[in-house]
Amino acid sequence: MRGNGGGLRVYAVAYLIFLYAPIILLPIFAFNDATIIAFPLAGFTTHWFDELWTTKALHEAVKNSLMIAFATSVLATTLGLCAARAGAMADFPGKKGIIGFVMLPLVLPDIIVAVSLLIVLRQVLDLTLSNWTVIAAHVLLCTPFSIAILNGAFQNLDPSMEEAALDLGENRWSAFRLVTLPLVMPGIISSMLIAFTISLDEFIVAFFLTGSNPTMPVYIWGLLRFPASLPIIMALGTILVALSVVLLTIAEYFRRRGLKRAGLKDTGGFL
Amino acid sequence: MTPKPLIQLSGVDKYYGDYHALRGIDLTINEGEFFSLLGPSGCGKTTLLRTIAGFEGVSGGTLMIDGKNMAGVSPNLRPTNMVFQSYAIFPHLSVAENVAFGLRKDPRSKEEKAKAVAEALEMVGLGGYGNRAAHALSGGQRQRVALARALILKPKVLLLDEPLSALDKKMRELMQVELIRLQRQVGITFILVTHDQEEALVMSDRIAVMFEGEIGQLDDPETLYRRPNSKRVAEFIGKMNFLDGTATAEGNRIAVDVAGLGKGDIAADQAPGGMPLGKVTVGIRPETLAIVFEGETTDRRICDAVVDEVVYYGDMTYYDVKVPGVDKPLTISMKNMIGRPVLDVGALTRVAWDERSLVVLAA
Repeated sequence: MRGNGGGLRVYAVAYLIFLYAPIILLPIFAFNDATIIAFPLAGFTTHWFDELWTTKALHEAVKNSLMIAFATSVLATTLGLCAARAGAMADFPGKKGIIGFVMLPLVLPDIIVAVSLLIVLRQVLDLTLSNWTVIAAHVLLCTPFSIAILNGAFQNLDPSMEEAALDLGENRWSAFRLVTLPLVMPGIISSMLIAFTISLDEFIVAFFLTGSNPTMPVYIWGLLRFPASLPIIMALGTILVALSVVLLTIAEYFRRRGLKRAGLKDTGGFL
Repeated sequence: MTPKPLIQLSGVDKYYGDYHALRGIDLTINEGEFFSLLGPSGCGKTTLLRTIAGFEGVSGGTLMIDGKNMAGVSPNLRPTNMVFQSYAIFPHLSVAENVAFGLRKDPRSKEEKAKAVAEALEMVGLGGYGNRAAHALSGGQRQRVALARALILKPKVLLLDEPLSALDKKMRELMQVELIRLQRQVGITFILVTHDQEEALVMSDRIAVMFEGEIGQLDDPETLYRRPNSKRVAEFIGKMNFLDGTATAEGNRIAVDVAGLGKGDIAADQAPGGMPLGKVTVGIRPETLAIVFEGETTDRRICDAVVDEVVYYGDMTYYDVKVPGVDKPLTISMKNMIGRPVLDVGALTRVAWDERSLVVLAA
């Protein structure tokens, strides 16, 4: 190996720097004792984090976002579960086309989705914009991800498992609950965590569809107009990055545990 | 003991869209019988089994189990249990939890259930395996767990969907014997689906050979082997030489002139598919033909032959021989014995045959 791959190693390092340098700047300036985001650093402070604790409007925005993200993760995962199960176990006319359509929001530009949803909600249905309109839109965006994750879980599942439970005296629902559900549970947890993360930091759609109370990303965008609050955003960003890493790690842990439980080989994942 | 019918199918049809998977199946399976559904893949044998289990509905006809019409009865309410081809052992449960799965609604106490589970595991030779994780078991052990899990419910019928196909040859032979022993021990009707004719012959009381959604022949293993009623059954079960022949009625006897071999008289049971006159196909099993080695004598009919191919199996040798007047080489199997040489390709020899071993089939 020595001597070979030197160029590749440089490339890999450069690649990682390109990916993570901006993110590393977040904690650096979050702990920097200056309102201006620039080098040289001015000294260590936790002042910006203290500021986070005392900003009431931010708390409201975070609370909104957490509620929306939780509701989205439950709803998207439930829909994803139904779709993935149907895709894996049932056969019906037009199955491929229907699954394809369900997956389409994955590649649709968010801005298009946001504008069309706004038109539908305001002009056609005449609904008041609220957290629920954001939840509806986020479910639309997250369901394809849930389906993709749960598809993997169902692909690893032997279709005879549920039949065996039926054969042993369970009805359709109890067979699903006792056999299928525990076997795809790691997929469900992964899917909920991913949907939660996507919803939590989604901006474009939320920006169009929030009512009077903004979500956290929309609130952050609002803060950007005041240069003095930039370090607060850095502090908030630091917490969010840490939280994302933790959530993704948990999601991956459950995915791997699921594979191990079913005695299957790992065929790729997030981490 | 007169057999008591347990499963009765009459005119059972099954369609998948335009595809006619089962074509008017009439079939009676008796209590305590080891019954096999044998056929090539896509013949409908698994569909038939799943229909009996209740995983597939019928498109026409009736299915009765133990005197009750099964129309609309879901699998959990049928007196049947199934051993799946993949075994479908629940990987998130232990061996004992797998076996106890069907006892969830059983009113017995926890201790009694645990005892039943231990007994079931003992019966399949897995005593003491209860606490093992199910996903850590070998193929053969999984199958035993699947058997215990089904048999603990004391079903009237145990359905086995290609249960041995995932095992290696040695394990397969061992499990064949074990399944026969188990079936005798519990006295439950076993219905086995297999594409392996040898497996069906070894294990079954009766075999239904299926082709394209229909039952081609239904008989005990010996009759099926010795007296196949059609060319496709004869081809599917064991090895068979096919020769052209002409059948003629001579008084109340039937004579068949076999190309290359000569004329022979045929008894009625040698034409299981009904006696066709005129052009017929004549089947001869390799073991009913014999090479007449130098110095040996026989009172059977004899014709000259040239050895075309030799395949040595240790206990047996298979010869392909060319007989003048027969277009394809005839396959002959010979037991290898002390003092009996293995002939070389090209050797001149003689072949003995017997009119009593001929099977006359529609051309």
